[in-house]
Amino acid sequence: MFSSFSSPFKLARKGIMGMNQRNIGYIARYNPRKLFPLVDNKLKTKIIAERDQVTVPQLIGTVRTQHDVNSVVDILREHPGFVIKPAKGSGGKGILVISKQEDGNFFKPSGSVASEEDVKRHCSNILAGLFSLGGSADVAVIEALIEFDPCFEGFSFEGVPDVRVIVFQGYPVMAMMRLSTAASDGKANLHQGAVGVGIDIGTGKALHAVQFDRPVSEHPDTGRVLSELAVPHWERLLELSASCYEMSGLGYLGTDMVLDQSNGPMLLELNARPGLAIQIANGEGILPRLRMVEKLKRDGIEHSPQERVEFSKQQFSRL
Amino acid sequence: MASRKFFYLIVSLCMLIGGLMTYHRHITFEVPWLPGEKRQIWSIEGKVELDAVGEPVSVSLALPSTQQGFTRLTETTASLAYGLSFVDEPGDYRAIWTKREASGHQEMYYKVDFLVDPKAVDIYQPEAPQTLYTEYPEPYQTAAKHLIEQTRQLSADAYSFTRELLKALTDTSSSNQNIDLLLGYKPLNQLTVDLLNNAEVPARIVRGLRLEDGRRRQTLTEYIQVFQDEYEWQIFNLATGQQGRPANTLLWESNGNSLLEVQGGQHSRVSFSMLLQDRSARSAVAPKIQSADLLNFSIDSLPLEEQALFKGILLIPIGVLIVVLLRVLVGLKTSGTFMPVLIAVAFMQTSLVTGLVGFLLVVGTGLIIRGYLSHLNLLLVSRISAVIITVIGIISIFSVLSFSIGLTEGLKITFFPMIILSWTIERMSVLWEEEGPKEVLLQGGGSLAVAVLAYLAMNNEYVRHLTFNFLGIQLIILGIILLLGNYTGYRLLELRRFSPLANKDD
Repeated sequence: MFSSFSSPFKLARKGIMGMNQRNIGYIARYNPRKLFPLVDNKLKTKIIAERDQVTVPQLIGTVRTQHDVNSVVDILREHPGFVIKPAKGSGGKGILVISKQEDGNFFKPSGSVASEEDVKRHCSNILAGLFSLGGSADVAVIEALIEFDPCFEGFSFEGVPDVRVIVFQGYPVMAMMRLSTAASDGKANLHQGAVGVGIDIGTGKALHAVQFDRPVSEHPDTGRVLSELAVPHWERLLELSASCYEMSGLGYLGTDMVLDQSNGPMLLELNARPGLAIQIANGEGILPRLRMVEKLKRDGIEHSPQERVEFSKQQFSRL
Repeated sequence: MASRKFFYLIVSLCMLIGGLMTYHRHITFEVPWLPGEKRQIWSIEGKVELDAVGEPVSVSLALPSTQQGFTRLTETTASLAYGLSFVDEPGDYRAIWTKREASGHQEMYYKVDFLVDPKAVDIYQPEAPQTLYTEYPEPYQTAAKHLIEQTRQLSADAYSFTRELLKALTDTSSSNQNIDLLLGYKPLNQLTVDLLNNAEVPARIVRGLRLEDGRRRQTLTEYIQVFQDEYEWQIFNLATGQQGRPANTLLWESNGNSLLEVQGGQHSRVSFSMLLQDRSARSAVAPKIQSADLLNFSIDSLPLEEQALFKGILLIPIGVLIVVLLRVLVGLKTSGTFMPVLIAVAFMQTSLVTGLVGFLLVVGTGLIIRGYLSHLNLLLVSRISAVIITVIGIISIFSVLSFSIGLTEGLKITFFPMIILSWTIERMSVLWEEEGPKEVLLQGGGSLAVAVLAYLAMNNEYVRHLTFNFLGIQLIILGIILLLGNYTGYRLLELRRFSPLANKDD
């Protein structure tokens, strides 16, 4: 039993950040509270992203009142695939993905059917605040479905794989790819069983992979060897995530990116409280990298987004 | 960094003030650290008897006050149709019984409780008496002068003079003609005071009560009180010459006043009976605390009903502390941050096993019904309201069912906070739909584990005693919670979570 616990000194020596330190030392220090609504509300994130010309998935529409729910299906009929999500949702809660429509029925990526009623109920639930923090009233955001890059074929089960990049003071410090599995029910949340693959900041290639916080080498459903994973358009993706710092003003930021077949890297959402699992996926503690950036800032060095990406690629490459 | 210093200043202030308040209360009011500590209380009953002669009767009895070693707690009197007044002049505290007309045997009772209190001090400093010269007729005058001179040679100050004098007066082994002569003229107590006064040593006779458990019809013992100077005095035992207050003796009267004054009666006398009681320290000192002034900010000044309410409220910080500890140091997941504390408070009312069974029954049934409600496609507020009503229904049904099969324990289920239970059911239900039953078990189990731990802490006899009696503890808890809010180290469960990372490449 106790052998599965490791000494806190060992963890500290490896530069692994714990939840308390993240909360006090990084989130509370670098993320001004008043900026949180920008990232907690996906609609607001979309607005500032479009202002700063950061690529985001196309917005199909929003449902703001219970009355709108009745007319939502008419809009949806025009789009074969779409995603309905709560503007203030957290942790991937309340996201409904419809990949195709047939005979008036909606189909989830898993193949299961959702009726018109199910979609409407989902919208009502979002409006009532079922998925938002604190249960406050919310808005349902409908986005175009991302046609994910075929180079990820076999790396993900049902869901869209996304790339999480931690951006600290504008420097991309650590990245991982989240691959949905049967266990995670097509969702990209690591604690639900998605596979986390640490991605080398220098090259965009896979470093190390975990599921349920334990190392894996192959995708549990498709059997693809995870070390073969390489993210295309890596440079562009890093630049996009680095520019989210100026866009949001948040010093410690989790950016979730997706790769669209035609549009390339896109910003899916921002997270002001990015989790710690990225360290496990990378097999490395994040603290030494954060301290390196802090030292840079202490020395008064200012970089443009491109320079920051260059710096990160040099310093944080492990391949 | 300045703000950090300020933070630590606030934390240390909280801790310091809390600690001092707690210590002050322990020292000044002797609230014990532990519950169930016993303190000794002497219950003393003084009985005044006299034969009235058909005239107005006035009886005045000297009464004891808080003094070194004893704290006076409560006093009561009893008499047959006598008017009673207490006269509390400095150094002369008396009870006066009066009646327009009385005849025959009369009895008055005065009952007082004294706490054996090593920290008690004299509340009144007796005044030194005048040293009036008492002229004795010859040959006693010469003998007295001789004895005084002899004793003066052997002594250095008032105390040693008294010691030597008493030694000479009570020494039976070597017979001394002078002393025999003097003792034949005056009794020992009066003779000693006269001789001391003639030697210009302020002294008087005082009366003390020897405390012996279960004794009845005792009388007071006389002692000699000798003043070194205006503020310093000592008690001397007449029979042995021993200096210092005798052990287990309550000075009943120590200011040179008469013990008993009676008008309109004869054959008056006063006798005492006493009893030693062991009482829980808390109830023993309660009167002492109650009589304290406003500065002694304490719950004891509230009516009993509000005290009982506060007993519960003051425990909540303990539950909150447990939650903070388990979240910050251990990293347990709970459903709703402080929901476990509310559940723990409910457990306090229901007892643990009944509470656990009741909680599981209500939440389990609620989840099944909520599962059906989710198909009805309702708005959130209506749905939760429906769940609240359902919970009330479940609670009523369980209460009636358990009562009709003779389980009165089941009635306690009504102590659960219904709104909280409804929200718990709603959250768990959403969790079930989204993350599956495993997460429900994990968070529900975490909440229950925290609730049980909080309950165990809050229900602990020592914790209850400390939180209720020492308000300073609240400040200390606040300080600890503030400090924990500053903890950046790893959580216990993180040590396991990150262990593959730590053991990598080793």
